[in-house]
Amino acid sequence: MVVGALRRGSGHGGGGFRCSSRLLAQSLRRFASSLVVAEHEGGFVKPSSLSALAAAEAIAKESKISVLLGGSGPALHKAADHAASSHPLVSEVLVADSEALAHPLAEPWAELIHSVQQKGGYSHVIASSTSFGKNLLPRAAALLDVSPVTDVTAIKEPRVFVRPIYAGNALCTVKYTGEDPCMMSIRSTSFSPTTEAMSETKVAPITQVDLSFLSEGTIGKSTWVNLTSQDTERPDLANARVVVTGGRGLKSAANFKLLEQLAENLGAAVGASRAAVDAGYVPNDLQVGQTGKIVAPELYMAFGVSGAIQHLAGMRDSKVIVAVNKDADAPIFQVADYGLVADLFEVLDELLKKIPDKK
Amino acid sequence: MKILVAVKRVVDYAVKVRVRPDRTGVETANVKMSMNPFCEIAVEEALRLREAGGAAEVVAATIGPTQSADTLRTALAMGADRAVHVLHDPDPARPLLPLAVAKILRAVALQEKPGLVILGKQAIDDDCNQTGQMLAGLLQWPQGTFASKVLLDKEKQKATVEREVDGGIETICLDLPAVITTDLRLNQPRYATLPNIMKAKSKVIKKVTPEDLNVDIRSDMEVIEVNEPPKRKAGVILSSVDELLDKLKNEARVL
Repeated sequence: MVVGALRRGSGHGGGGFRCSSRLLAQSLRRFASSLVVAEHEGGFVKPSSLSALAAAEAIAKESKISVLLGGSGPALHKAADHAASSHPLVSEVLVADSEALAHPLAEPWAELIHSVQQKGGYSHVIASSTSFGKNLLPRAAALLDVSPVTDVTAIKEPRVFVRPIYAGNALCTVKYTGEDPCMMSIRSTSFSPTTEAMSETKVAPITQVDLSFLSEGTIGKSTWVNLTSQDTERPDLANARVVVTGGRGLKSAANFKLLEQLAENLGAAVGASRAAVDAGYVPNDLQVGQTGKIVAPELYMAFGVSGAIQHLAGMRDSKVIVAVNKDADAPIFQVADYGLVADLFEVLDELLKKIPDKK
Repeated sequence: MKILVAVKRVVDYAVKVRVRPDRTGVETANVKMSMNPFCEIAVEEALRLREAGGAAEVVAATIGPTQSADTLRTALAMGADRAVHVLHDPDPARPLLPLAVAKILRAVALQEKPGLVILGKQAIDDDCNQTGQMLAGLLQWPQGTFASKVLLDKEKQKATVEREVDGGIETICLDLPAVITTDLRLNQPRYATLPNIMKAKSKVIKKVTPEDLNVDIRSDMEVIEVNEPPKRKAGVILSSVDELLDKLKNEARVL
């Protein structure tokens, strides 16, 4: 891996040290040093960010990973403790504690990534392609004058990646030939977080980030107003082991309750096709597809979903796909492992009887 | 105030794309091309803001080969006032990256001085979801990405944007000038009527080149190959719910 990295040492200069210390940057390049921009919630690093750590490990086994966390309050510092012991390769946790970073506003966050990269000269900057990562990373990349790679699903070499294009109907292998850092957002369902237990002795140091770059100019232009969240008891759609999805065939918001009950019994998350969202059966954030969430659960059950290209883009990597549809010609059957050509309401009723509530 | 809208010509969303046998990309010759659906939503939103008195003029811009003029004509037929066509014929192995597009759009924005730039949140061909964010970063303007609702306050020179984020809807307030990218839910784009399509033919499309705009196009990405995604193995059609449950428990072992 190290030899490979040396051979590929094309281009010149690196990161923030671009001109002043090219030699240092070149010696750094032999070893991947990744900055993972992480999200946290309730004092823990989010699972999608743990997947970004797995991606950093896939770049180079001997790499050093710095984790960047931002926000304010006790939850941030608890999350920093979690990050410090979350992965054997984590060598440092950078904590940016400021009210300005409490909400995921792109303007201060992009400045933060820019500033941290200037100081750290990382070879790779990685975020998960959540709405947070997709909002910030390209802006930070523009400030650093580099081209990021979106939605990486596989890492072939430290600078060679596979990413889906055309709604997942083609896989594109690209080589990043620009200067450091190589920035990317990763598809979290393609990288499993490491499960090996960390020993207490391998806790990485936690460092506070110098926030002097934050000026009125960077934080004054946008303000956060509020977040209307869909409170749900069920598992997070993007990370659920089982997903049950309804399409236009469910006919009404009330009928979606049946699906929710089945999800409850299975411990599953509920998803929806664009048709179901547009018809107002469920909120937008349940949409699975090219423009919604990308899921890859162990079991994906689609009820009354026809299987348009844009929907398949969001679920085709599921391990087992079950389709229930009256229309035997529905495209969903072309990707389904198990299909039932039947009335979905009859099937739902029967499933609800035969899969009792686990609680 | 002026609104600048960036539009892209892409393979029509309903086309099932085919990977070229030489694996250099997908087949785009003799394939139906259309305006990127998110860009249509961007044009529609700009027109609605103009119709509501929020803007005086809507300027559409695109970057691409000669044929991209068709996409601009579509925007003009929908109701845009005039258009800017940045002529660029990309090399398939080194496609124009969002960073280059953002640099070109910045140059256009510095000439046109819009109060708002609206783009789609992503193009459905490269699925990058980067250009708007990069443009905002280069201009040092605030950004409202994945917008599902936009309210303009001309007095205060502010835009309130509802954004579709994971887990719900986030509302933010931006100082103008700003960059907004559209989500699918923002609006339902109008169809261009025949009289408007005829009228659009006489509207002005200004042609420029990246050189005219002093933008150096650099590509830091090399496409090594493009492949078909792995095919899923053929599934089976079952006859009953019992059979399904049995398969899920004993064959697939996911229940």
